[in-house]
Amino acid sequence: MPRDPRIMTNQMITARGLTKTFRAKGQDVEAVREVDLSVAEGELVAFLGPNGAGKSTTVRMLTTLLPPTAGEATVAGCDIRRDPGGVRRRIGYVGQGTSGGHTQRVRDELHAQGAFYGMGRRETRTRAADLIESLELGQVANRQVQSLSGGQKRRVDIALGLIHRPELLFLDEPSTGLDPHSRANLWEHIVDLRRETGTTIFLTTHYLDEADQLAERVMVMDHGRVIADDTAPALKQQLAGDRVTLEFGSATDAAAAAARVGGESRGAVVTITAPDGDRALPRWIRDLAAVGLEVRAATHRPPTLDDVFLALTGRSLREEGAASASSDSRVEEAPPGPSRDLQHASTGSRDAA
Amino acid sequence: MTTSVSAASVARPTGFARDTAAVFVRESRPLVRDPFSVVFSLVQPLVFLGLFGPLLVGAAGGDVAGTLQWFVPGILVMVALFGTGSTGANLLFEMQTGSHERTLVAPLSRGALLVGRALKDVVPLVVQGTLVVLGAVPFGFRLDVPGLVVGLVVLAVFGVGLGSLSYTLALACRDRDWMFWMVHQTLLFPLMILSGMLLPLDEGPAWMQVAASVNPLSYVVDAERALLAGDFADPSILGGALAAAVTCAVGLALGVRAMRRAR
Repeated sequence: MPRDPRIMTNQMITARGLTKTFRAKGQDVEAVREVDLSVAEGELVAFLGPNGAGKSTTVRMLTTLLPPTAGEATVAGCDIRRDPGGVRRRIGYVGQGTSGGHTQRVRDELHAQGAFYGMGRRETRTRAADLIESLELGQVANRQVQSLSGGQKRRVDIALGLIHRPELLFLDEPSTGLDPHSRANLWEHIVDLRRETGTTIFLTTHYLDEADQLAERVMVMDHGRVIADDTAPALKQQLAGDRVTLEFGSATDAAAAAARVGGESRGAVVTITAPDGDRALPRWIRDLAAVGLEVRAATHRPPTLDDVFLALTGRSLREEGAASASSDSRVEEAPPGPSRDLQHASTGSRDAA
Repeated sequence: MTTSVSAASVARPTGFARDTAAVFVRESRPLVRDPFSVVFSLVQPLVFLGLFGPLLVGAAGGDVAGTLQWFVPGILVMVALFGTGSTGANLLFEMQTGSHERTLVAPLSRGALLVGRALKDVVPLVVQGTLVVLGAVPFGFRLDVPGLVVGLVVLAVFGVGLGSLSYTLALACRDRDWMFWMVHQTLLFPLMILSGMLLPLDEGPAWMQVAASVNPLSYVVDAERALLAGDFADPSILGGALAAAVTCAVGLALGVRAMRRAR
């Protein structure tokens, strides 16, 4: 299929009105509702949202695993409906599960994957050796996938997704179920990959810090819709201000101070949400002191993506993520934590704090 | 940062035969790495041979060699029934872990994903069949080598069909592995008993003989008995070969269709 030169220089992914409706228990469930999105070549974009927001369903449509109910998308220059084979040849995909077969050896799987993508034998072997080295899999290359740790399995998944040097890599919940150390290690590899090859990366996550630290652009998804799309700093600035707390000697003082500078008082503490709160803080303290209201303690916290999500939806993503993380296939690999109770909280979600 | 998409970075398109070969090689590797696993799954047929065989000798009142001559071909078909009949469980497991999904995103022909797997199942089948027959020789089993070779070919064709049906069942059961095993167990033993594999059906009631006449397995069992005895003139060979070919064709057709619809 001839490729549009404009697409080639600009967009790696464009989707218009992408919709997926599932039929469950006699009812239509709209998992993804008219999603429009575009990702430029070389970008690292995160899809952030609670479990069940429709992130994976969107990715499964973009990777040709699911046919959309409506809408259209072009991925790596190929139409997902008319040329799924073209999409498959050009993208790498790391799903939520374990890509490597459990009884397969790591190196064997990489060789098989090369053959799946039509690579020659010698090229495959060289490429597999390079990936084993760069993803630090040398120690386990001749071991069966089932004997690997969660972090090692995930690195194998990424190696499998990269064997054919794809222009675009999809990572669906790459670090769910990993301990904090393995997660940090995985991020390093993703960042290195990005720096060395310029591969476009599209990842989904329900971890706030993952989207914040890793992605250049964050699309917030909720109930099947993209509800915000910008860089993390811009989202925070536009949708959530700094949070400043001022503590006073009495509730009366706090109430009087709240009336002067804005904000809400609860007990002896006033909480103010404002842009550039760090710069306003000294002025507030001075102004209040001038009218005899003495600030005893003050805190300042810059906004997080959770504040953004809260501002957009009225719900906290941190709690949502923890509540539904048990539906993830990878959670079983997470070490049992103390909060594994009625909430089915996973360790990973608590780490997101 | 290289952003332009050069032709070299795009993997070449692959044909059906090449895809099938790639899948076959991937599926076969664990067998090559761990050949003992092939022998290990022989336990069940060997239990039947070792524990059921002597009872058969006692009940029929014949000699050991004569009973083996009748019984071993049945065990050969049992190897195929047990081995390829449950092979769908491997696919089911890969569907649950995620490695099947990875192959669905690869630019592979969907048909090749099934055919490559089904052909792989022939490897353990032929090795196991040969081991069973050779193991019976010291006990007086007369081996006809050309008959064994043709017998294994018929068995392989049948095994590809049965394996494909097992994969089809796995694809249909997806997230409900209990259903896979329920259907598997429900079909396995009736098919086995109604094939005349363990006991001759000549003495059974008429309805059983009717049921056996629609069981492709019984034709394969008869054909294997004639082939392993070297009796190439026996018309049942043709019936068995036909039953194996039909099973193979139906299995592959259903399996490829199910794989094309796989998500």
